[in-house]
Formats: sequence, C-alpha cells, structure tokens
Amino acid sequence: MLMTRDFSHYVKDVDQQVAHLDLAVEGVTCAGCMAKIERGLSAIPDVTLARVNLTDRRLAVEWKKGALEPALFIDRLAELGYKAYPYEPVRAEVEESERSKFLLRCLGVAAFATMNVMMLSVPVWYGGDLSSEARDFFHWLSALVVLPCAAYAGQPFFQSAWRALSAKSVNMDVPISIGVVLALGMSLVETINHAEHTYFDAAIMLITFLLAGRFLDQKMRQRTRAVAGNLAALKAETATKFVGPDEISEVPIAAVRAGDIVLLRPGERCAVDGSVVEGRSEIDQSLITGETLYVKAERGTQVYAGTLNISGTLRVRVAAAAEGTLLSEITRLLDHALQARSRYVRLADRASQLYAPVVHATALLTVIGWVLAGASWHDAVVTGIAVLIITCPCALGLAIPAVQTVASGAMFRAGVLLNAGDAIERAAAVDTIVFDKTGTLTLPELDVVNGAGVPDEIFQLAGRLALASHHPVAAAVARAAQAKAPLPGVTEEPGRGVRATFNGEELRLGSPAFCGADAEANAILSEDPEVSVVAFSRGDRHTVFAVRQLLRPDAAKTIDALTNRGIAVELLSGDREPAVRHAAAALGVGAWRAGVTPAEKIAHIEALKAQGRVVMMVGDGMNDAPSLAAAHVSMSPISATHLSQATADLVFLGKELAPVLAAVDYSRKAMAVMRENLTLAIGYNVLAVPIAIAGLATPLIAALAMSGSSILVMLNAMRARRVRLGGASWK
Amino acid sequence: MEVMVILVPLALALGLLGLGAFLWSLKSGQYEDLDGAAWRAISDDDQPLPPPAQERG
Repeated sequence: MLMTRDFSHYVKDVDQQVAHLDLAVEGVTCAGCMAKIERGLSAIPDVTLARVNLTDRRLAVEWKKGALEPALFIDRLAELGYKAYPYEPVRAEVEESERSKFLLRCLGVAAFATMNVMMLSVPVWYGGDLSSEARDFFHWLSALVVLPCAAYAGQPFFQSAWRALSAKSVNMDVPISIGVVLALGMSLVETINHAEHTYFDAAIMLITFLLAGRFLDQKMRQRTRAVAGNLAALKAETATKFVGPDEISEVPIAAVRAGDIVLLRPGERCAVDGSVVEGRSEIDQSLITGETLYVKAERGTQVYAGTLNISGTLRVRVAAAAEGTLLSEITRLLDHALQARSRYVRLADRASQLYAPVVHATALLTVIGWVLAGASWHDAVVTGIAVLIITCPCALGLAIPAVQTVASGAMFRAGVLLNAGDAIERAAAVDTIVFDKTGTLTLPELDVVNGAGVPDEIFQLAGRLALASHHPVAAAVARAAQAKAPLPGVTEEPGRGVRATFNGEELRLGSPAFCGADAEANAILSEDPEVSVVAFSRGDRHTVFAVRQLLRPDAAKTIDALTNRGIAVELLSGDREPAVRHAAAALGVGAWRAGVTPAEKIAHIEALKAQGRVVMMVGDGMNDAPSLAAAHVSMSPISATHLSQATADLVFLGKELAPVLAAVDYSRKAMAVMRENLTLAIGYNVLAVPIAIAGLATPLIAALAMSGSSILVMLNAMRARRVRLGGASWK
Repeated sequence: MEVMVILVPLALALGLLGLGAFLWSLKSGQYEDLDGAAWRAISDDDQPLPPPAQERG
C-alpha cells in the first residue's frame, strides 16, 4: 500500500507565494537549540522564515509554495533531535493572547498617566507658596492627562461592570467603576470651580494597580494554556485514512470526517470514534471503560478514541458525533451532570455583593449626615464622594487575583495545570477524594513486574526482539529492557509472536504456546491471575515475563499523605473486582467498589454530596467524564481522554500522583491567604472610612492609603507560593 | 514660575513619547517571546550547520 503524510490541514497561506506553518517543538530549552533549529531549517532552499519562540516552545516556518511538503520540516527537526508537530491554536488561546495584549496596552496608558499626574500632584500636596493660578493650571493639566487615559485604560472594568449590571448582578468591578467615575467627575467639577482638592491621581492610580494584578493573572493563564496546547499537539494524534482503494495517507485528526475509513494497525491507539467494517482483533478499552481485560473486535464492533488495538489490523468507519451507543450514553450523562453542577459563586463576587451596598449606603449616609449637620450640599457631596474614593476596593480588587496568580504559578511548577478559574477555591474545601483506578492510580502504560529475576543478557535480547512487535505487551518488555537496537531479520507471525535468528539460535517472543513455555506461564498466572504474560525462548531455554499496569510510584505515599490531612479517599473503578481489590489493598484504601458503570459513579458521588461531603473526583477515562462534571472539583492526568480532560478543572502532568496532593495543599494555602487579604483590605477600610466621613481625607491621604493597602495585599499574596508538606516545603 | 508653563507640558510631551514607544514596541510583537529575545541578544551568528539531508544526498 502506498503511504503518504498529509499535513496540509495546518498550512496557512500568507499570500499567493508564501505558506505558513506553526509547530509545537519539544525540548527547546536554550539559545543553542534555538539557533540550531533556525539555521537547520533556514538552510533548506525556499524557506523564507524559521523563527523559534522560546517562551511558548513554538516554531513558525514560512516557505515559497511549490516544492516543499510540511512533513519535510518535521523530519528535518527529528534529524536535529527535536520532536515537533504542527500546531493549530485553539480559539480560546487566540482570545486569551488578544486579551492579554489589550490589558498590557491599558496598563501602559494607565502607568503613563499615573507617573505624570504624580509629577503634577506632588507640588499641589506640598502647597508651599504655590499660587492658586498655578494650582488651577496643574489641576487642568491633570484633567487633560487623566480623563482620556482613564476612559481608555478603565475599559476592562467598565465593560465587566456593565455586563454584571445588565445581568442584574454585582461584581467587584461595579464599585470600582462607580468609584472611578464619581472621583473623576467630582474632580472635574472642583477644577472648574477653582477648588483646592482633586482626586485625579487616586483614580488613575487605582486603575493602574488593578490592571497590573489583572495582567499578571491573565499572563499566568495564558502560559498554562500554551503548555497544555503544546502537550496536546505533541500527542501527534493522527489517523491513517484511506484516500483511494489501496492508498493510505497519515492525516491529523482534525482532517478526518465522518464516513471516512481509517486503518488501525496492531499497537496503535484509535483516535476516532467509529465502528469496525473489516478485520478481527483484540482491543484494549481500558481508557474508555476502566476494564483492563481485552475485548474481541470484529465487523460491527464500536470503537472509541483512546482504544488500543492489540493483535490484528482493523478498518474503522468514522462515526458522526455521538453515534456510538456508549458515547451517546456518556454524552447524555455528561450534559445532565453539567446542568446539575451547583453554580459556585466565587469568593470575590460574594465579597463584592456584601461590600458594594455597605459602602454605597455609608457614602449616602455621610452626605445626609453632613447636610443635617448644617453643611452645604456641595461640601456634603464632596465628602460623600471622598468616602467612596477612600473605600474604592483597590486592595479588595487585588486581594484575590494576586493570590490566584501566585498560587497557579506555584501549582504550575508542581505539575498542575488549571482549567477552570475558580478551581483553586473549590479544591480548597475538598474533604473526600474519589479516585478512578486504571490510568489514574496506575500508570497508563504496562510494565514488566518480574524483570529483576531475569539475566541481563536474556532481557536485552528479548527487548531487542520486542522492538519489532507492535503488541503493547512486547512494547512493555522493550521499554523495561531499554532496548535501542532492533534485531535484523525478524518475522512476525500474526496473533502468535515474532521470531528471529541470532548467532545461529532461534529467538522467539510471543504467546507461551508459541515459545513452548506453557508450564512456566501457568505457574505465574496461577499465582497472580491479573498479569499478562509474554514468553521468550532462545533455543530451548524459556523465560516468561509477567506484565501489568503498575501503580504510580508514589501512589501509596500520596494517598497516605491525603489521609493524614483528614481527607477520605475512595476508589471507584469500572475494572473487575480482583484487580481493584489488589490495588486497594496495596494502597491501603478501605472504601472501594469495582465494576462501576458511569451512571453508578455519578450516583455514588451524588450520595456523598448529599451527606454534605465536598468531593474531588480524579479520573482519566471517557467513562469518568460525567462523574468529573458531577463532583465539586475534578482532576485528570494529561494522558486522559479528550472528553475527561476538557471536563476536568485541573490537569496534572508526569508519572507521579503527587500533583494531586500539591493541588490540595496549594489550594488550601491560597484560600487561607485570600481570606487574610480580604481581612486586611476590610480592616484598612474600617480605619480609613471614619477619616473620610469626618471630611479629613485629602487627596494625599487617599493616595497614600490606596497604594499602602495595595502593596500590603500584594506582598501578603506572595506567601501562597510555599506550602508546608510534613515539615518539608514544596519547591 | 512662568517657566513651568513651558517645562511641565514639555515633561508631559516626553512622557507621551515614551508611551508611544511602548505602544509601538507592543504592536510590533517585541513582547511575544521575552525568553528568546534575551538569548538572541548574545548569540553568535557565525556558526555554520551541516546542510539539510536532501543536499547531502
């Protein structure tokens, strides 16, 4: 069969002559890599641009249309030692990067205005022999600088406040916008009336501080999304599609349409949902159902993205969305769970719902109080607005986003990516964690368990022979032996194993029967029925390898640590009872259930929620997606199916389970610091408000109070970077 | 004090110039890859690399 690779889906046209391709590149860490890649690609004739972005680990290539194929760049990068794959930015990422640019523009404008207004304000605060004409001149210049700048840089707050008010709710931006607008309006009126005090500086400083907080928050989120985007791209999910009766082409998943026929070879993971139209094989559905036992596949069998093909070659017809029975069932459950998900009100919004009415009422009472006490309407209104300016929630507006930024940065370094903005707040309250077994507590790949007893030489030979096979069990042997050099002249006997001749002896790797090692295999299987076995023979000597999914290396330690923090741990798996019992015993988890369907998982989580528990669900399979949505907060490993990863609030990287613990620890710490910050911000208001009510809040006092309290909460937010872990701290 | 009528607007104009420069640098993509820019400044350009595979034949 003829085989081509077709990446044209990712190629964009710059103009008539030039084409553009974005690639995610793995392992670019320094200037050396950057120069090597750029020079290596620029040396190809017709390439007009090759530029690495070291921050995002991406590469942009442009070339003259015609001779060059995109696959060539990927091969060239592989020669240079870098794994690369075309990358298509998702809409969310494009929007976030636009947003972050906009915030930076606003911040630039606001910072410019703040600096220059300070230059004008300091002489006015100082007073001295400043004539009233000079003061008016400075006030007018301040107005000239601040009003247009505030109108531009305040947009993020005004827009968000307007959205909240249109939806008949209140968020933190509502009191901020009201405060800013009133402060500016009053200052303008005061300037026209040649008055002594204006608050242009306080208003623009408020905007600058808040924008700095929002920009950092946005930047952190953007960075997380870039990493997640690269990881997704580097999974390099392709399908082998039939483009003619006997011609196949490797295409990216995004270019596969319903009704296409794709080829699924042994050892390949299916990347599409569909049904088998030709061929017979065994398939591993563990990523879908949690069941580790292989299932027979033949004409008409439904397969799902994430299914691993074991023994034979299959042809699969790609199904339209949710055509499959299991998938549509899961989609239905997921929709239901998402609808029922209790709408969590974020801490900042809860605070502002309390705060806004109290502050506005205080300002109103101040005006009325002064009028009753005999002051003029003008003075009373000016004092009332001064109360609003002093209480304008600068510190309050920063209290939570600053902690959020610091904590998500720390979690990022611990291998946890945040999918949902409010995940930290929800994860902090967790008192029960429900784990899935397969792929979550265990590693997604198989491992050899009895490798220690096998002589090195035999292990090496078996590993080198195993490189020729696509069977996942053979792949596990090759990995465990760290074999690099395949043996020459290997022939494969479908469904049985592989063999080769080495130094005049026949080597075989495959089923125990194929290698004549039934007795040894049965001995291992009778001891532990949960393992898979693969036999190796050299001449007439046999070795049998036992292979199984191992628990994550630190799973027991992590679960122990979670229990020590007072968190109840449960195990819910779709796998068979003996396998789940074995894992639960090894981890010391008392509460476990096996053979659970997606609907039963949801029911169990709902039951826990009804008992008043705050549940975190950690799972990876397609069958876990609905329960991930049903739990208060959810987490998935990066190896999880698309559906689960998209549903989970947090995603963790790497082979270890420790990120789950880190997520809980950092969230708890972050929540504690957020509460402290709110207390600090409110405490400051309690001190400052009486001064403002008494009419003593001069612009100098307002500016000092605002910057002082903002810096205080920002410094305090830094404390969210470290958590204690039984004496040792996370780095 | 009259000198302020000239000096203060001059200071503002200089500030505005700085703001313009910042907005221009933002627009021309100079903040897209801060890590890379740090390294590019100190990299040498005179280190040849082997030609690509197809040329070596």
